[in-house]
Amino acid sequence: MNEMLLQIDGKEVKASEGMTILEAARSVGISIPTLCHHEKLNPYGACRICTVEVEAGGRTNFVPACIYPAASGLVVRTRSEKIDKTRKMILELMLSHAPDAPALKDLAKEYGADRDRFEKEPSFCILCGLCVRYCAEVKKKSAVGFIDRGPNREINFIPEIASKECWNCKECFPLCPTSYLQTAYHLTEALAFPSSSFLRTRLRGTPMLGA
Amino acid sequence: MARINSPAELEEFRKDIISKKDPNRPCIAVCTGTGCLALGAANVVAAFKEEIEKQKLQSKVDVVDIRETGCPGFCERGPIIVIYPEEICYLQVQPGDAKEIIFETILGKKIIDRLLYVDLTADKKVVHESEIPFYKNQKRLLLGNNIKIDPKSIDDYLALGGYSALVKALFHLTPEQVLELVKNSKLRGRGGAGFLTGVKWEFARRSPDKTKYVIVNADEGDPGAFMDRALLEGNPHAVLEGLIIGAYAIGSHEGYFYVRQEYPLAVKNIGIAIKQAEEYGFVGKNILGSGFDFTIKVHQGAGAFVCGEETALLMSLEGKPGEPRPRPPYPAVKGLWGKPTNINNVETWANVPLIIKNGSDFLTSIGTEGSKGTKIFSLVGKVNNTGLVEVPMGITLRDIIYKVGGGIPGGKKFKAVQTGGPSGGCIPEEFLDIQVDFDELAKVGAIMGSGGMIVMDEDTCMVDVARYFLNFLTDESCGKCTPCREGIRQMLKILTNISKGRGREGDIELLEELARTTGDASLCALGRTAPNPVLSTIRYFRDEYEAHIKDKRCPAYVCKELISYYIDPDKCQACMICLRKCPAEAIDGGKNRIHIIDQNKCTKCGTCFEVCPSRFGAVTRLSGEPVPPPFPEEKRTIVRKSKDK
Repeated sequence: MNEMLLQIDGKEVKASEGMTILEAARSVGISIPTLCHHEKLNPYGACRICTVEVEAGGRTNFVPACIYPAASGLVVRTRSEKIDKTRKMILELMLSHAPDAPALKDLAKEYGADRDRFEKEPSFCILCGLCVRYCAEVKKKSAVGFIDRGPNREINFIPEIASKECWNCKECFPLCPTSYLQTAYHLTEALAFPSSSFLRTRLRGTPMLGA
Repeated sequence: MARINSPAELEEFRKDIISKKDPNRPCIAVCTGTGCLALGAANVVAAFKEEIEKQKLQSKVDVVDIRETGCPGFCERGPIIVIYPEEICYLQVQPGDAKEIIFETILGKKIIDRLLYVDLTADKKVVHESEIPFYKNQKRLLLGNNIKIDPKSIDDYLALGGYSALVKALFHLTPEQVLELVKNSKLRGRGGAGFLTGVKWEFARRSPDKTKYVIVNADEGDPGAFMDRALLEGNPHAVLEGLIIGAYAIGSHEGYFYVRQEYPLAVKNIGIAIKQAEEYGFVGKNILGSGFDFTIKVHQGAGAFVCGEETALLMSLEGKPGEPRPRPPYPAVKGLWGKPTNINNVETWANVPLIIKNGSDFLTSIGTEGSKGTKIFSLVGKVNNTGLVEVPMGITLRDIIYKVGGGIPGGKKFKAVQTGGPSGGCIPEEFLDIQVDFDELAKVGAIMGSGGMIVMDEDTCMVDVARYFLNFLTDESCGKCTPCREGIRQMLKILTNISKGRGREGDIELLEELARTTGDASLCALGRTAPNPVLSTIRYFRDEYEAHIKDKRCPAYVCKELISYYIDPDKCQACMICLRKCPAEAIDGGKNRIHIIDQNKCTKCGTCFEVCPSRFGAVTRLSGEPVPPPFPEEKRTIVRKSKDK
């Protein structure tokens, strides 16, 4: 396997072919924040919180560390005023959805992000896609997927699959940084699994949802 | 038609086609591009055909051919016809004109004055297409043939020397030499980024995989842009020939046309062209006996703007959601189904046969230091001659807008020109003399993009323009990455608030900060260029933003929440025109009773302002100031002295 030498925050770092900047940095104890990254899943590069500065061929670029391949001669900076500002803004954008998500709160403290900078959005999903990708890549079920696009993009359980596959799995629940997923699941369950134990126990007795 | 198996056979066949065409035989070329079709060109063609049939029956002579062509560009004045061999150009032709044209012009050899272009600046009528100022100032290397050929006829293309570049490439040049020619021509990709085509090809050629793909990106999605559509509809074989040559240079044996399904005529014409090329042996196995194999498929996109981004296009071609993939790896290394892939825009491919046929100097002799050749723009908005214009790189914006475009209609003042589609930038008057090329446009905060050019006059609100484009982009963002999805969402919210009078101190700075994050950290070019309309309007029209935020005033009287219409009681003559035309029934008044607008009912459509006779000029627009209280009832009656007896 090819060994490569790159520079991260002034440190010479050895990396092998196929490694990302994130992996190379972590191998020497340099931490880069991530949200949509998961070791069991293919790199996705959606949340952009891992954005770092890369200098190559005389040009400086902002790239996501979780997908950008490590290469010889790269000069990487994981912190700078510009990077911190970018991460702060990305956090503030996410906090408008999930102001109380623990993962976001911790990062907000580090980068000085203001949870109230933007008006609150109705959905608290930050669309990291962990659930969707875990279900597709690890469980190979695709019981949860993305629908629509742009600001209308959301995750949704596919009732036909979810009603068969989810009841004894729920491995995606702990992955969700905002617990939106559980709500989405229970909503699907309530609306689309007429025979589920959930409905039998809840709807007959105490009124729920909005009561 | 039998397959053509060698260059010699092709030349023989070409001679045969040309010999059968009588250059002196009259021919009426009618533009049946999408623009002219919308203006009724199909009925014009039908009327001509009917008239020709009648002629045949009466005099037993077949006097004239009719040719249905692609778009020559002057869409403003469609349906357009050009009569050969004299090249008489008639504009805005209606079915009712057919008989007269056949009798007067074809048989009588007389010009019909009323159908000619009137050059107002020189106060004269123009007979020939090439003398119309709109065309005179263009350099139509790519679009020029559109009116000369029937896009459904490969023979028409061959008669003009078509596929001779392919012969030259396959039989007289090695793939490396073809690549060298394209590199030396300094052709830059016409899709937007302006990357050197030859260098891009070289990356794909050098990729070690045996299977490689070449793709025509015809997913033209900018609002108001139709350059690629006109090429595909009007001269599909030129694009096809370029693609085959590119495949030869790169070492690819499979190609795709990615066309949006909203372009039904382009899809149809390119399908016909491929089928004809297959029959003639220009596509398929052992092309013209050269041993080179190449097949082509057409894929119809579902019309997502983001699929014009090359990695999203690849995802879509693979049958997945059209979301961009991270680069690297670049498509040249790992593209369609993981194989090296070269994607170029329609216009880029159409340039290739010209370079091969005429040499790379042909292109480098035109244009500026960094941008060679011509560029097609779709010139739209507040300009007299809307349509497609092909101009040499390096022409000034002023020449495009005033010489080709004929200036701003209605004597209005120019305000800005937006280049590069929704993620382009707005350029103000002070930069009208910059030379249009990739680098100069970037310097003033705009981009070349694929060639959209929207002219705006003084009645345009720049905050509203930024809001419009962000609204488009918010719909078209795929939503995968945070900075693009959320950044555009927030920028749009702020712009909407500003245009509704809810702007706050600090909004401009917040917009700039959001724009920076979206531009720096987004996954693909859609997000990375999305801030351009915001940043360029702030840069050049900051005072308009401030007027909206601080004075709650829209200087161009566009943002409805910030304007009111008011009837000046001293000027109102109680003519009742506005009262009758008001669609909201918001105007109170009557005969000899001064009219008053009920501000609660008024929808601010502006009808009263438009219909109030200019000799009265009683309806005014207000912005940033309160509407005066209603005129007292007792003073509303007009006493007309002249009518008193």
